[in-house]
Amino acid sequence: MTDEFEPNILAFCCNWCSYAGADLAGVSRFQYPPNIRIIRVMCSGRVEPAFILEALKDGADGVLITGCHIGDCHYIDGNRNAEVRINNTIDALKYLGLDGRLRLEWVSASEGARFAEVVSEFTEEIRKLGPNPLKET
Amino acid sequence: MNIGVYVCHCGTNIAGVIDVEKVTEYATTLDGVVVARNYKYMCSDPGKDLIRSDIKENNLDRVVVAACSPTMHEKTYRDVMEEMGGNPFLFEMANIREQDSWVHTDKDMATEKAYDLVRMAVAKVRRNEPLERIEIPVTQRALIIGGGVAGMEASLDLAEQGYEVIMVEKEQSIGGHMSQLTKTFPTLDCPMCILAPKMALHEHKNITIYSFSEIEEVSGYVGNFEVSIRKKAKSVIEDLCNGCGLCQEKCPTKVLSVYDGKLGTRKAIYTLFPQAVPRIPVLDRENCLMFTKGTCGVCKKVCPTDAIDYDQQDEIITEKVGAIIVATGYAEYDPTPIEEYGYGRYKNVLTGLQFERLTNASGPTLGVLKRPSDGATPKRFAFIQCVGSRDVNTQEYCSKVCCMYTVKNARLLRDEHPESEVYIFYTDVRSAGKGYEEFYKISQEKGVKFIRGRVSEVVGLPDDNLLLRTEDTLTGDVYEVEVDMAILACALLPAEGSDKLRDILKISEGTDGFFMEAHPKLRPVDTLTDGIYLAGCAQGPRDIADTVVHAKGAASGASVLISHTKMSLDPISAYSDESVCRGCGECKLVCQFGAIEIEPLNGRLIAKVNEVLCKGCGACVGACCNGAMSIRHFKDEQINSMIEAAMEVA
Repeated sequence: MTDEFEPNILAFCCNWCSYAGADLAGVSRFQYPPNIRIIRVMCSGRVEPAFILEALKDGADGVLITGCHIGDCHYIDGNRNAEVRINNTIDALKYLGLDGRLRLEWVSASEGARFAEVVSEFTEEIRKLGPNPLKET
Repeated sequence: MNIGVYVCHCGTNIAGVIDVEKVTEYATTLDGVVVARNYKYMCSDPGKDLIRSDIKENNLDRVVVAACSPTMHEKTYRDVMEEMGGNPFLFEMANIREQDSWVHTDKDMATEKAYDLVRMAVAKVRRNEPLERIEIPVTQRALIIGGGVAGMEASLDLAEQGYEVIMVEKEQSIGGHMSQLTKTFPTLDCPMCILAPKMALHEHKNITIYSFSEIEEVSGYVGNFEVSIRKKAKSVIEDLCNGCGLCQEKCPTKVLSVYDGKLGTRKAIYTLFPQAVPRIPVLDRENCLMFTKGTCGVCKKVCPTDAIDYDQQDEIITEKVGAIIVATGYAEYDPTPIEEYGYGRYKNVLTGLQFERLTNASGPTLGVLKRPSDGATPKRFAFIQCVGSRDVNTQEYCSKVCCMYTVKNARLLRDEHPESEVYIFYTDVRSAGKGYEEFYKISQEKGVKFIRGRVSEVVGLPDDNLLLRTEDTLTGDVYEVEVDMAILACALLPAEGSDKLRDILKISEGTDGFFMEAHPKLRPVDTLTDGIYLAGCAQGPRDIADTVVHAKGAASGASVLISHTKMSLDPISAYSDESVCRGCGECKLVCQFGAIEIEPLNGRLIAKVNEVLCKGCGACVGACCNGAMSIRHFKDEQINSMIEAAMEVA
């Protein structure tokens, strides 16, 4: 069992909603798999496709972007920018054989349970997908 | 570059799961780290002293603290850096509590994750740049949204401190729900009597009230908000009206009064209640004959000051304030969907607020107990608790005030009508509060019958009486009780229009729909948006006593802000590299705050960021197509360094 694949997942959380949601998961002690590392950005709209590619190139097995729900963005519509950009990146990754390794989710500051669910679910999906193929090359 | 890493045990919160010794040891192996220590409570004085002395002894210029969430203590440690002459932005936190020890149980994996989080924070701090805070002016005025007891208390506290206060109330009078109540627990004093001195705030030289008004738009930022207020047309010229009341006396149109729980009527031109502040009536255009039929004009004819203006238009007023307090209160849950209770079907099933009006000396019956169905004097009463509260099908939370107000109403009935039979069907009696338990005991002694159980059904009988079926969950007996009237203790919901206001203010709400505080214990009146505070039921159900306390807290929070003429902002702002920028304007398109202008420079165009208007979201950086735009403290190379560090194998 020891050599079971443990995915490395990198997450970008916006400061106002989803990072606070991740904190709330902690405050409420909602457990989730420890495979995730969070980078805090002020807004999901800050996340550039280059960051995602960098993470995948460096060996991330999955990348999770979380932001405020549409309409709730602290910066009015930063998450809409994120939506367009991340969805384009999701499409692009299909051509690179990295389908399913990038995910965008909305998590509010009060959705600690949802944050834990999203992370658990995504971790399981990545576990099923197996290691990032870029790692071997 | 000398980096110090400090790992906090947080008692056993962190150390109980994560091997802090190992993390400390690991930190010393990282590039640039000259010292790493751990301590039981890093945020305590002895903890901070460790950092202070290392800054001195080991010439630290950069610090990483691995502890709780930065929202909790980033400021604490930045202050230490500043105090020691360092730059507060050469600091990073690794969140190993909320995002590690509290969410993982596998100690080895949690410890490994802590290595990674520390490594990421060290990588970031290595690339951090010293930043200077931006100084901005503060408008020493406050906006209070809502004129209920919370808004009044907060306004008075601020006005008495000498600040100008703008109060916006959507109804035509201030007073809120409290003005509707009969008597209040546990003192049984008349709400109007204890409110009156506070409602006199309209005479305060520092307070301006905009009644029958709503917030249209809010722009700006902490210390410098610009607020558009829609002052809806009252069809009455306020400067001329002397509040004599002739218009409402003579108006021929009667309309069901929402304020009276639709148990009584009001006129088409009306004040909410006789003691209304301001005492200026509003003409209800939906029901006024002048507007529906184009003929009448009685009010205009009888008005001695010629204050009626049928053509009055809404007015938009702009005010500048430094702080905003949201005191929008609550709405009572409409129990119609809970069909088994028969609300809306049986006239003698009332909500708690309706019963308050029915027993209120200035209510529709002038306080005389009459059943709505036939005007008969009711003698047998059933109070049904937790209607829409503590119920997975409606609201899961406890509305907190219903136990006590029901006990209060039951006791008043027994006091004033000793012949009455009074039943309370409860889930639990929650009487926590000073003098509350004692009050509850007295009501028991006075013969109020408490039956523990949820009523399964209310059946209307031909004579308008009601038959209640319930089980006493303490004895297991099944009850059938016939009463003349049933009163539903309905849940407290977020006030109507909360969603719209949330969008305007850009503040968060919890899963229960109430506005969310920045921290339940340590920042209970703040929102996550600087300069916006919460008071009273806007944040969650609470009684009058707690509301006043909360409002005073909000006023204190706001005055801490507006007592200064200047404040400093975090310098997390965007900037463009003029040598690279081509002035295409993509950044300007995505900026929601008007912080970017395209300006000419040496015969070409470049983007220029106004640092004060910039909120630091970074949308422009993402939009920039040639890497000219960047954002301080979240620069590409800073984020990339964290990505690389995260993917290194520990």
